[in-house]
Amino acid sequence: MPIAYREIEGQSRGYYALLGAFGAVTLAGLASAYYMEHHGHIVTGMTNQIVWGLPHVFAVFLIVAASGVLNVASIASVFGEKLYKPLAPLSGLLAIAMLAGGLAVLMLDLGRADRLIVALTYYNFKSIFALNVFLYTGFFAIVAAYLWTMMERRMNGYSGPVGLAAFIWRLVLTTGTGSIFGFLVARQAYDSALLAPMFIVMSFSYGLAVYILVLIAAYRWSGRPLGDVVLARLKRLLIVFVAAALYFVAVHHLTNLYVAKQQDFEKFILLTGGVYPVLFWAGQVTLGSLAPIVILAHPALGKSHAWISAAALLVVLGALAQMYVTIIGGQAYPLQLFPGMQESSSFFDGVVHPYAPSAPEIMLGLGGVAAAAVIVLIAVKLLRFLPESLDEAS
Amino acid sequence: MRSEAKSRRAPCRHAAVGKGLLLLIAALTVAAPVCAADATRVPKPVIEAAKGEKCVESTDFMRRNHMELLKHQRDATMHQGIRTKNHSLNGCIECHASRRDNSVVGSDRNFCQSCHSYAAVNIDCFECHASKPKAPAERAAFKQAGVATIGTGQAVK
Amino acid sequence: MNEPEHVPDPPEAMSRRQFIGWGAAAVAGLAIAPGVTLFDLAHGRPAAQAASNKVRWGMLIDTNQCSAGCNDCVTACSRENHLSGGLAPTDSQWVRKMELKDLRSGKTHSLPMLCQHCEHPPCVDVCPTGASFKRADGIVLVDRHICIGCRYCMMACPYKARSFVHADVTGQNPDVPRGKGCVESCTLCVHRIDRDQKPACVEACAAAGHNAMIFGDLNDPHSEISKHIAAYAMTQVRADLALNTAVRYQGL
Repeated sequence: MPIAYREIEGQSRGYYALLGAFGAVTLAGLASAYYMEHHGHIVTGMTNQIVWGLPHVFAVFLIVAASGVLNVASIASVFGEKLYKPLAPLSGLLAIAMLAGGLAVLMLDLGRADRLIVALTYYNFKSIFALNVFLYTGFFAIVAAYLWTMMERRMNGYSGPVGLAAFIWRLVLTTGTGSIFGFLVARQAYDSALLAPMFIVMSFSYGLAVYILVLIAAYRWSGRPLGDVVLARLKRLLIVFVAAALYFVAVHHLTNLYVAKQQDFEKFILLTGGVYPVLFWAGQVTLGSLAPIVILAHPALGKSHAWISAAALLVVLGALAQMYVTIIGGQAYPLQLFPGMQESSSFFDGVVHPYAPSAPEIMLGLGGVAAAAVIVLIAVKLLRFLPESLDEAS
Repeated sequence: MRSEAKSRRAPCRHAAVGKGLLLLIAALTVAAPVCAADATRVPKPVIEAAKGEKCVESTDFMRRNHMELLKHQRDATMHQGIRTKNHSLNGCIECHASRRDNSVVGSDRNFCQSCHSYAAVNIDCFECHASKPKAPAERAAFKQAGVATIGTGQAVK
Repeated sequence: MNEPEHVPDPPEAMSRRQFIGWGAAAVAGLAIAPGVTLFDLAHGRPAAQAASNKVRWGMLIDTNQCSAGCNDCVTACSRENHLSGGLAPTDSQWVRKMELKDLRSGKTHSLPMLCQHCEHPPCVDVCPTGASFKRADGIVLVDRHICIGCRYCMMACPYKARSFVHADVTGQNPDVPRGKGCVESCTLCVHRIDRDQKPACVEACAAAGHNAMIFGDLNDPHSEISKHIAAYAMTQVRADLALNTAVRYQGL
């Protein structure tokens, strides 16, 4: 029986309130970007020691989650799981929306955002950033084509091959994102081939968590039925992905702990670093990985929509904690220029670098999330992304 | 069904909004040149006589091509270290800096800014480049080091 | 009947003798040319000539001559490049004095740390637009016309040599353009080198009599720096990264 997709009504007070709230945050983000561009980064908490701050935490989260959320559609088209087919269009929409939000934050945080045209015309192809420009723009094109094959009845036959192309493109893109850090030989937190596959597994986990959150919210607030079978499959998958991501993190740290020259850095990140161990153990591991697994695997809690949403939200919060520890914790620990020596200088060598995000940065990061939400809200009202019903009966 | 009633209402409402927007855009388009026709708002460029005998290229050439010179010369200087005096930005500034405030930007009477603000073309150069020539003392030091500098000949015009 | 078309004779082709003659002349020219160029270099590079990879500029720092309280090189650099001289976390520092203490023996060292002008610079590899580049003569620079301020090079530099300009800059030295939103680092005073002068830090150190810094052409076996390197033990900072830095240290 063909799946019936329908736009949401989008007339309720709740819908307009949500749109208005996210719209306001987006505008605040844009205003912050203008303020930062006008006065320079001196108005942010970023310094010559912590060069990538909270905006990058949000942006990398959004980009990684964007590539991962497409997984749901891939499972339908590439792996042939019929149950996931009705879920596919929303997955494509979320992918486009979150990538747009993440890239907007990244581009607005540039020191010379007015030079975006330069970034699009001058390329150093040895740089993974330059390759990412093509990967990200190509992703938009491929997912748009993918959505078209899914939503245009005459093109339905092509959704398999296009879906495969999107799947492969996504893997390359996330490898590229992980390699941004993996290629940095200079810093002890990065410089590892493990980071690329770790980012891929993280993307599966983050993307699916966001998908589940949006799915439950959309169906609850538009009054459409969301069956238990679909949610049961999704939540079981999320357990697997969260566990896999935790595995990669464990292997990364255990290997580092084995290596003598990495032990000081690991001690900092895991034990003595102040906010970073707290975010790692309490945020990333406990709340972001172990608690969701327990909730989702629980026979009673794992069946409740509210608890599943809570678990997905915890995964998202744990993801942000992980990004913070990775990106900012990795910069907070000083570079070791002279091993075995205590270093000090006027340029903050040898000391842990403090970081305090400022209001403009926070607003810019949140603005990216809000922009993605606005895109999704408008799109589901204008076009038929959501099936009328995801009940067992259909 | 509620959805059917909505689709019956929708075309009329959308059409009305569309017509209103079109009218607004048309009104603004017509109004703009009327407002801008007040010619005294943006002052015409004031080209102050530069120091030196004459420019390294003819005025006509410079009017059309100075941007091309700047764009290509900067790459040669930056990436290959070619620092010929002829098309050097510092060379331009040495002669064209205003006698009043010794700068090429800063007010609509300064050399670069007067034409650029009239044509509403943003100049990005002086975020990084100094808009004033080197101080005379430093220039004298270069002369001593055997480095040629732009000579200041008699003012013309 | 179809007679084959009479194909006109090709124009008088170069005879074998002529070809060998031209070839010999070309080879002779090629053989002499490097000598001609070297002769030019000995007298400094004319302004219209591009930098060449026959030269590799480098610096040697004798840390035995560096004392903990001395900041002459840093002050000279600030003055020459019109840096603020401030020490806030957002202020640019192109060169800084580092004080080291060996954790086991307690021995202290003092040395200036600056862009090492690596032969394989990680900052050049990661720059998306190619703004961070290495000139033919080995100087690593930032082309501020195409720098978009992404700060990836700052993440990549193993020496924390790069600074980001966080606020508007005014009153720049006309020879050293620098402005808000771009990344910058030690240029080895490229504007002075192109005028056959030494970097400001090296000159200041020599003028003050410390003589801790030697500057010269690493590719020229007869230059002072090359002779020093051949005679004394040198270290490169973070040598395990195999970046082949142009800045070497003695006495560590």
